Amino acid sequence: MVIKCEEVWREVSNYLDGDVEPGLRLAIEAHVRECKQCAAVVDGTRNIIQLYEDERMLEVPVGFSRRLHQRLDANISTSRRGFLGWMVAAATSALVLGGFELARSSALTIPALRSQLAQTSGRVPADMVVIVSDRGRIFHVAGCPFTHDKSHLRTILAREAEREGYAPCVRCMKKYLDAAG
Amino acid sequence: MPIGVEPLDNPAQQNYEQGLIQRIRDGEHEAFSQLIRPYERRLYAAAYVILRNETDAEDCVQEAVLKAFKYIRQFRAEAKFSTWLIQITVNEARMRRRKEHADIMESIENNNKGEEGTYTPRDFADWREIPSEALERQEVREKLGEALRSLGQIYREVFVLRDMEQLSIEETAKALGISTASVKTRLLRARLMLRDLLAPGLGGSWSSRISFAKGAKPW
Repeated sequence: MVIKCEEVWREVSNYLDGDVEPGLRLAIEAHVRECKQCAAVVDGTRNIIQLYEDERMLEVPVGFSRRLHQRLDANISTSRRGFLGWMVAAATSALVLGGFELARSSALTIPALRSQLAQTSGRVPADMVVIVSDRGRIFHVAGCPFTHDKSHLRTILAREAEREGYAPCVRCMKKYLDAAG
Repeated sequence: MPIGVEPLDNPAQQNYEQGLIQRIRDGEHEAFSQLIRPYERRLYAAAYVILRNETDAEDCVQEAVLKAFKYIRQFRAEAKFSTWLIQITVNEARMRRRKEHADIMESIENNNKGEEGTYTPRDFADWREIPSEALERQEVREKLGEALRSLGQIYREVFVLRDMEQLSIEETAKALGISTASVKTRLLRARLMLRDLLAPGLGGSWSSRISFAKGAKPW
């Protein structure tokens, strides 16, 4: 299959996302080997994706999470106080009426929270060797062109990467992510 | 090391979330904090890309989270919690933008650039490598931010959710209420427009000072 530059430009995004048919992929790669302009478009677009993927490109304000949870906690407390007020009124009524159902106030106890997210994804093979960067958020297979900060890479297992909070690269891990739906 | 707890979009995570949601519905409201924690950054990004103001984006996320807590009983198990949460945030941010009439100028701007049709790259500078230290430079980050802000709203939204926050094409479509075909079209244009904007400045020597020529933006 021979394709024109316009088709490369139209498909470059899908190509970089691994979302083109094998025949078209080969045709794009053959075209890019011969066409400097299209090589520049493909390389530059890949660089754009890689640059903006870095978490420093969008920094959450300092204290954002703390303020969010403070407001949420305040809201939960308010709703609980409302609930408590309702319960007190109900209990009082119940006492007046004979004192039954007071045991319902046991609903106010708060069970301990469970442990957090330290678990494997069930999608990327847990024992697969992957690479991460200390400054990145994503783990990759070795050689993935979207790998960040290539001078600070380390090799670990996929389950360790996930445990440390890294997410799988949606491009080089695509076949595992797609297979899991 | 990544900040906070990153989202793990996987079946085990979804089971874990379903358990949390059930506990919240049963009255254990404090579990809601655990439920939203992995998605805080994505929520902020979704709000910020629409509102373009840190304070407004933060306030918007707080309101959206409170709404999600209030309506958690309406969440359907077959949906993905993170997508539902981002949808609420996007809707809250869009409502705020409408109140400020900020979307009027934006829609005029977007209408002037047809979404359909092939986008023709305007610059073919060779730009093969990104030195690892590139983003260490505040100047480079500012140029990238400037280029992103110059995109039309519809392109910025898709690019941020997909390429910066790593949502899938389908999740991005659901979060923004558009088709997957539109996501792909907008994403292509956003990436190519950014490349056109940045390749001339960043494709050369990273050690030299970079600057955009005035009026160099192609749209």
